[in-house]
Amino acid sequence: MQVQRVVITGMGVVSAYGRGLDPFWSGLRQGKSGIEYSPELKDVPGLGSCISGRVPELPEKEIPRRYRRSMSGMSLFAAFAALEAVRMAGLEEEYLAGGRVGVSMSSTVNSPYVLEDVFRKYLVHGTGVEQIRSTNFFKIMNHSCAANVAQYLGISGRVISPGAACATGGQAIALGAEAIAAGKQDVMLCGGADEVHPLTVGTFDMMDAASVRNWDDPGRASRPFDSDRDGVVCSEGGGVLLLESLPSALKRGVPILGEIAGWSMNCAKDLVSPDPRTMRECILSALQSAGATPGDVDYINAHATSTIQGDADEAAVLARIFENRVPVSSLKGHLGHTMAASGALETAAVVKMMSDGVLVGTRNLENIDPDCAGINLIQEDCTKDVHAVLKNNFAFGGINTALFIRRFTA
Amino acid sequence: MKRSQIVELIDSSLAEEFELDRDELKPEASFIEDLELDSLDYVDMVVALEQAFGFKLKNKEDLKQIRTVGDLHEYILKKYEEFKQGEPE
Repeated sequence: MQVQRVVITGMGVVSAYGRGLDPFWSGLRQGKSGIEYSPELKDVPGLGSCISGRVPELPEKEIPRRYRRSMSGMSLFAAFAALEAVRMAGLEEEYLAGGRVGVSMSSTVNSPYVLEDVFRKYLVHGTGVEQIRSTNFFKIMNHSCAANVAQYLGISGRVISPGAACATGGQAIALGAEAIAAGKQDVMLCGGADEVHPLTVGTFDMMDAASVRNWDDPGRASRPFDSDRDGVVCSEGGGVLLLESLPSALKRGVPILGEIAGWSMNCAKDLVSPDPRTMRECILSALQSAGATPGDVDYINAHATSTIQGDADEAAVLARIFENRVPVSSLKGHLGHTMAASGALETAAVVKMMSDGVLVGTRNLENIDPDCAGINLIQEDCTKDVHAVLKNNFAFGGINTALFIRRFTA
Repeated sequence: MKRSQIVELIDSSLAEEFELDRDELKPEASFIEDLELDSLDYVDMVVALEQAFGFKLKNKEDLKQIRTVGDLHEYILKKYEEFKQGEPE
């Protein structure tokens, strides 16, 4: 039973466009690509893809060493994004430490760079555990992003780490919303973060799901719904939404950016392949949880990662529910697939679309694949008065999530 | 190594590991009160010093007695002498 309405009062982003929501949003609006050639991928035996989206260098020393010593790259992304969200929402130290603020955040895997370092010493250099810093453990524990963010910001409420591969961000938002709706917390920092490592790209490559065409222009490689798409382009980043109970936001008198009005999570019948039946059920359940119907949706921000099968299956599911009435786009043409960060990053973009009255089209969608036809795919940015949005995320492991986000009205 | 070289290696290792200014590394400086290190840092200090000097600092009871930078200097100097004496001619 939903007790409290859940609203968004802060957002934070670290992406291939740099640190912050502003460069993120302006990068999307300018149609910039975050994808570039990655020479370190080129020399990896057996790896077919050598492009990715990387976060530019961050001013990491802004975070005191005491907190930074236990952070891998992905935790730094999460920490900078969380700090931006907290500042936007105007939360002070005392409030963060008061027990009513929690964290729901994770990544697809532990930091692969730190794991590589540990196992190089352990196995390759033959020094066992003698040269391994104790702080490494805190960089590779499953809840590293969430725990580091909580320590850094002095948060004392619940800290949960719902790792669910590429649906991590969506699931983190859904679980954070449930904690608030049930009255257990007033505020939850929700999202995810990931680093790109050859192993990340290799995971998709091994399953023939990575883009391996290696276009001369890397910015053209990620092409959701396009007939020339050939797979995922991996990217890194961190995205955080600050969710808050409506009474708390009203009491504090802060701007309300949107409402997480409905959500759903379920499990597919297969670890790898998309499962249209459960994807559809997940979407309908998210709408139902908000008392909404497909007719209430003004825009759909698709998961669409530029894979052959995934994009086609998602398009078919959307066509069955919404026909071709609702505009649909994917932001992965701009940024590639930011994996655990994607759910929160893309939801932040959705909130900006609602506030600015503009929809961002799918970058690189030049020729709509006939297998993805039947839905209203938008190839260019366009103005539209948007009141309610569906945000999908579907992940390896069979995890489906759907969020129904509404413009806030009292 | 001369005493001054050993002290220099200790201080440079600490400065790098814990991002400390060399000015802070006075012999009387307390690791906890002045340099704000904690138990986790103590664990990693041992790893950093073992890597710098190439010998083991296994006696954790000894290390627990170290309160200041000067204490650490004296401890490592003693360990260095023991290590040298144990080396084959």
